[in-house]
Amino acid sequence: MDVFSSLMDGFATALTPMNFLYAVIGVLLGTAVGVLPGLGPAMTVALLLPVTYVLEPTSAFIMFAGIYYGGMYGGSTTSILLNTPGESSSVVTAIEGNKMAKAGRAAQALATAAIGSFVAGTIGTALLAVFAPIVVKFAVSLGSPSYFAIMVLALLAVTAVLGSSRLRGFASLGLGLAIGLVGIDSVTGQRRLTFGQPLLADGLDIVVVAVAIFAVGEALWVAAHLRRNPLQVIPVGRPWMGKEDWKRSWKPWLRGTAFGFPFGALPAGGAEIPTFLSYVTEKRLSKHPEEFGHGAIEGVAGPEAANNAAAAGTMTPLLALGLPTNATAAVMLAAFTSYGIQPGPQLFASQGPLVWALIASLFIGNFLLLIINLPLAPLWAKLLQLPRPYLYAGILFFATLGAYSVNLQAFDLVLLLVLGALGFMMRRFGLPVLPLILGVILGPRIEGQLRKTLQLSAGDPAGLWSEPIAVGVYVLIALILLWPFLFKLIRRNRPAAMPAGILAKSGSSEPTDAGGSGSHGSHRADATSGGDGDGDG
Amino acid sequence: MTIVVGYVPTPEGEAALTQAISEARKSNTTLLVINSSKGDALVDNRYAQEPEIQSIEDRLATQGIDHVIKQPVRGHDAAAEVLDAAEEHNADLIVIGLRRRTPVGKLIMGSTSQRILLEADCPVLAVKAGMAG
Repeated sequence: MDVFSSLMDGFATALTPMNFLYAVIGVLLGTAVGVLPGLGPAMTVALLLPVTYVLEPTSAFIMFAGIYYGGMYGGSTTSILLNTPGESSSVVTAIEGNKMAKAGRAAQALATAAIGSFVAGTIGTALLAVFAPIVVKFAVSLGSPSYFAIMVLALLAVTAVLGSSRLRGFASLGLGLAIGLVGIDSVTGQRRLTFGQPLLADGLDIVVVAVAIFAVGEALWVAAHLRRNPLQVIPVGRPWMGKEDWKRSWKPWLRGTAFGFPFGALPAGGAEIPTFLSYVTEKRLSKHPEEFGHGAIEGVAGPEAANNAAAAGTMTPLLALGLPTNATAAVMLAAFTSYGIQPGPQLFASQGPLVWALIASLFIGNFLLLIINLPLAPLWAKLLQLPRPYLYAGILFFATLGAYSVNLQAFDLVLLLVLGALGFMMRRFGLPVLPLILGVILGPRIEGQLRKTLQLSAGDPAGLWSEPIAVGVYVLIALILLWPFLFKLIRRNRPAAMPAGILAKSGSSEPTDAGGSGSHGSHRADATSGGDGDGDG
Repeated sequence: MTIVVGYVPTPEGEAALTQAISEARKSNTTLLVINSSKGDALVDNRYAQEPEIQSIEDRLATQGIDHVIKQPVRGHDAAAEVLDAAEEHNADLIVIGLRRRTPVGKLIMGSTSQRILLEADCPVLAVKAGMAG
């Protein structure tokens, strides 16, 4: 019962008035940025990082966790009421949710989203509390070669699996790794990519990079696409659910949780894939398949549960291994470092109280989100009437303030603008932002593990596969990289096999697949017409 | 010759539209319906959506009124759009809906109606909600 007593201590810390206040601020801010398309929790955490340097690390992380969970809740409101996903993870919710709202069932859609998020978030956080210490026990036995392999896996998986174009993903990753290289080499003291500029010798501050790419890049992008035909929010009263809705929702919630948590915890997870899988599953299992496409409550309940469970899942590798799997987690990892806390398996041992207070605050945040979202969702939607010039002016102000306050150097403002322009160009040419941020944050850490491995093996590259786990991970990496080619091969062979028979089997699986990819296509279209469905965490 | 009406999906806007329709029938002129938004917010409740526009379209068609419906989103405020349209089409009447504003609200946000009243080059007919006939 070690976990339980640590968790109770965590609750004691998280429920002190000050920490509780930060949890409230966090969930309010998180919901707000979740509701607004284009703004995400990753950007918010990056913007707030410099502001929170004066706080206790525990309070700051409680607030960040609130922002992260809040973002997941807020995204569903916009998806349902406006058909514009507030977050990339609520893209799927928009498919059925908006149809429900148009059919006059917005209240039920909002209710099942909020309660499902609460159920999934709570179960997910409980799983996190149980699994994270187990992962840690396993992780402390890992040496540098294994770490290096796992980190490479995380980078490549995020780059290759998410997003529509691998080439763009890898271009973005390359940019991120290059930015991460800037500065003095920690082993030999050589200057890398500093262009003789002494101010670059310390490397680029991660706050400046994150704020520039997320906030400045997004602001420039919105400024370039400012005017578009405005929409109207579908009016709703207080969200509620009837008996029938409960009966149809609870199974999708649990199934969504089962999809979300493991995917969030995997290095290539993210919340997009499990929400989509959950949608397809619910469509297949539903007793009312005819309602899908016209507003089926299962299609809202499942994906919303999945994205919140994924959010909890993401915390597992972050806390247990120091391995972020999405943009918000990456920025939180940078936050750990900037507070002088070494993330990794030793985190539970060295910062036990902080970690358990953080986990406890996730439970509290979930509960707070349920009570502020259930009655207030229509009010949150009012935020969307805010003229965006005001909003982005405020964001740019905080971005500038934050970037300057990190080192009190005017040079950082130049960097902010240059990287902001880079962020704008990336959006312009459809490069995903996540690989860049992961590259910047994980790049130096990967390099550290690589250097350590090679030093231990006296420069012999064979040291890289000296641990069995490392070898296993390399096999996985090879599979991920070769998958598209294998896929093509299988596809090429398939038409030959098809006429040979298996009519019944292919007949039962093909239509659902086709329906799934069809709706996938349509939500893509929604996201692009929404304009900024991507670009955030 | 045309009649320009500034339409918003509110009781005031409805009143203005109803009044404008009866004016257009009386003088048998073209009715130009303007419903604009600055387009800088994601949600603007004063910008009519597809079904509303369709219902206005139907209503005008059944009444046999020669009409044009425009929804400019160019970053200009509603007053500028109505005045532009009036000037461009050489309007002989502008119809607008008035709503009650507090002095403070007017001070901060300005008043669309006031700008149209002061700057229009043709007569302006101002209607309040529930007054049109």
